[in-house]
Amino acid sequence: MAEMDPQHTKWVMVIDLDRCNGCGACVTACAMENNVAFTGEEENAYGRGMHWLRIVRYWVGEWPNVQVRFMPMLCQQCSNAPCEPVCPVFATMHSEAQELNIQVYNRCIGTRYCANNCPYIARTFNWFDYEWPEPLNFHLNPDVTVRRRGIMEKCTFCIQRIRAAEEEARMEGRPVRDGEVQPACAQACPTEAIVFGNWQDPNSKVRELAESQRGFRFLEELGTEPKVIYLSSQKHEF
Amino acid sequence: MQETTLPAELHERVEELREEHLLLDPRPREEMNRMVLEAMEDVNREYIIVMTILGLVTAVTLFGAWGYLMSKGLGLAGIRRPIYWGLFIVSFVFWIGISHAGTFVSAILRVFKAEFRRPFTRAAELMTTFALAGAGLYPLIHLGRTWRFYWMIPYPNQRWLWPNFRSPLVWDFLAINTYLLGSTMYLFLPLIPDLAMARDKSKGWRKVLYTILSFGWRGTEEEWRHLQKAIQIFAWAIIPVMFSVHTIVSWDFAVAMKLGWHSTIFGPYFIVGAILSGISAVGFILYMIRISVKNMRYFIRPEHFDALGKLLLIISMGWAYFFFNEFLLEWYGGEHTVQEILRYYTTGDMAPVWWTMVICNILIPWLVLWNKNWRRKPWVMALMGIIVNIGMYAERYVIVVGALSRNRIPFDWGWYKPSLVEISIALGTFTLFFFLYGLASRLIPLIPVWEVEEGHHAHGLKRIGKGVVKTVAELE
Repeated sequence: MAEMDPQHTKWVMVIDLDRCNGCGACVTACAMENNVAFTGEEENAYGRGMHWLRIVRYWVGEWPNVQVRFMPMLCQQCSNAPCEPVCPVFATMHSEAQELNIQVYNRCIGTRYCANNCPYIARTFNWFDYEWPEPLNFHLNPDVTVRRRGIMEKCTFCIQRIRAAEEEARMEGRPVRDGEVQPACAQACPTEAIVFGNWQDPNSKVRELAESQRGFRFLEELGTEPKVIYLSSQKHEF
Repeated sequence: MQETTLPAELHERVEELREEHLLLDPRPREEMNRMVLEAMEDVNREYIIVMTILGLVTAVTLFGAWGYLMSKGLGLAGIRRPIYWGLFIVSFVFWIGISHAGTFVSAILRVFKAEFRRPFTRAAELMTTFALAGAGLYPLIHLGRTWRFYWMIPYPNQRWLWPNFRSPLVWDFLAINTYLLGSTMYLFLPLIPDLAMARDKSKGWRKVLYTILSFGWRGTEEEWRHLQKAIQIFAWAIIPVMFSVHTIVSWDFAVAMKLGWHSTIFGPYFIVGAILSGISAVGFILYMIRISVKNMRYFIRPEHFDALGKLLLIISMGWAYFFFNEFLLEWYGGEHTVQEILRYYTTGDMAPVWWTMVICNILIPWLVLWNKNWRRKPWVMALMGIIVNIGMYAERYVIVVGALSRNRIPFDWGWYKPSLVEISIALGTFTLFFFLYGLASRLIPLIPVWEVEEGHHAHGLKRIGKGVVKTVAELE
């Protein structure tokens, strides 16, 4: 982008697993915000669910002393993303402006190589052209493209909200304020487990949280440099 | 050698050698021409029935199912998260593998002057071309939006976008195209003198066809020199291309950040696997030609099955070596996810497929092929062709589907069941292959007559003292 903000932005998300109770509000909010297709019970059970965000569930311990752990899993917006180099048509690529891993739907021809190469299994594929059952068809978000069959999609960090906030800030001639951008999942989370913000802002809430002792990045050893930071007091379990 | 001057016991020995070796059993060129042309023009009722069935089955199971798939979406295939590649990619790797041996048998044996190749180089090269035609469909079939496949081609376009040259799929696309063009030309060059022969001896539409295809070949010394030179160049040049193609296919997997795929040995392992499935397929094809095409019993003899059998045994040992290396080192590494993948292969849901692979690729070939009597039986080699190819299909299934079923997030492990549409398309490529092969068997001379004749000139029998010895003359 030519008119890049003087203040460079690097959007990160912090997810506090100690606060997550696995309610799934984020999953629903994400689907509503991003026009995520509704694939039906049967297809979903077969692993064709389109959720950009899913709650990964782990059981810890042996019965009857079982504890459950939840881990919301979404595209980690890797700085060094494995999905990017394998795409033959540049449908998945890096946005220099927002430092996000973006998916260009129009370019995608559906090789699904990116999905195989994603260690977070974060990508979903449009197996069919999906219909939204009534009355959900009135609910489509006009800010987000509706995808057709045969292409890949994934979490965008609600880029439409980021862009809206950036434009507003630019019009008012100020940087984007901390907390001004909230992805749908963060907005819906009842326990405020999900926090979103700009890493470059030294006073931001994400910065403060991410530097806590409980912070870790998932599958960090792969060198993908994810931009989602999890917080957990039992981080060895993940 | 004048047979009349031979004593009776030597005469018997000569007869024996002639029956055994095609190259010691010369027939006049005219007769061989006639035999090959007769085989080519032998369009009988059975042939038409078989070809009609093959054609119809291909139209329905391959193209019909593919059209249905495109109109509804890829969801008709059984693939799902996290197994995004299924039977299509398995079949793709399988057919690329088959396509290898045609060129391998022909080019490698040609540059090393292995004489037993002479009658079946063409049959093997045809296998390469048609297997590639089948394989080449899969990268299109498996796309979510097949109608946009040309976006992978580097050409100046209104999108102002080159393909991503870092993507192994683009390497694939370029490698397969190179190989298809190269191997087709390599098939065509030695065909020219035979087409000219057919042109001189046929009438009607065939005459027109062969006149066009034989490029005005007259058989002057100059033309022969150029042809020999061109064949030499192509035979040498196609070998590295062939190696590169299957290595690049293996890189589709090996460069991925996927445990079970990310293996440095995949390049040579895939090449050996490809040659294994291809050589055994040549055995099957030769058997089919021998039993179903006229006059072929003269050209294709037990000695050829014997030679292929030996080659197959060695390649099977080579495959076992790479397989063992790959498995052992992965296991020794002790990575949790890899351990789980290997457990899934050997004792999990994938076990029937994995053990099929081991039995068909190692156990059965090793038990059968050491025995000369079995190697010499055409039907045994045809059966080996089927068995080894079942084993190699299983190998690709294990690698593609098995590895994808297990990943670093146990919550997202999955299983996969091929759907009817997928199975139908996979079977459709087999019928397509046999249909194209059947068509070619009546359109072009299946036996390179001039190469066989060349062999006849080079090989002979000589009486020395009280015995008969085989002699070989260097031609070039």
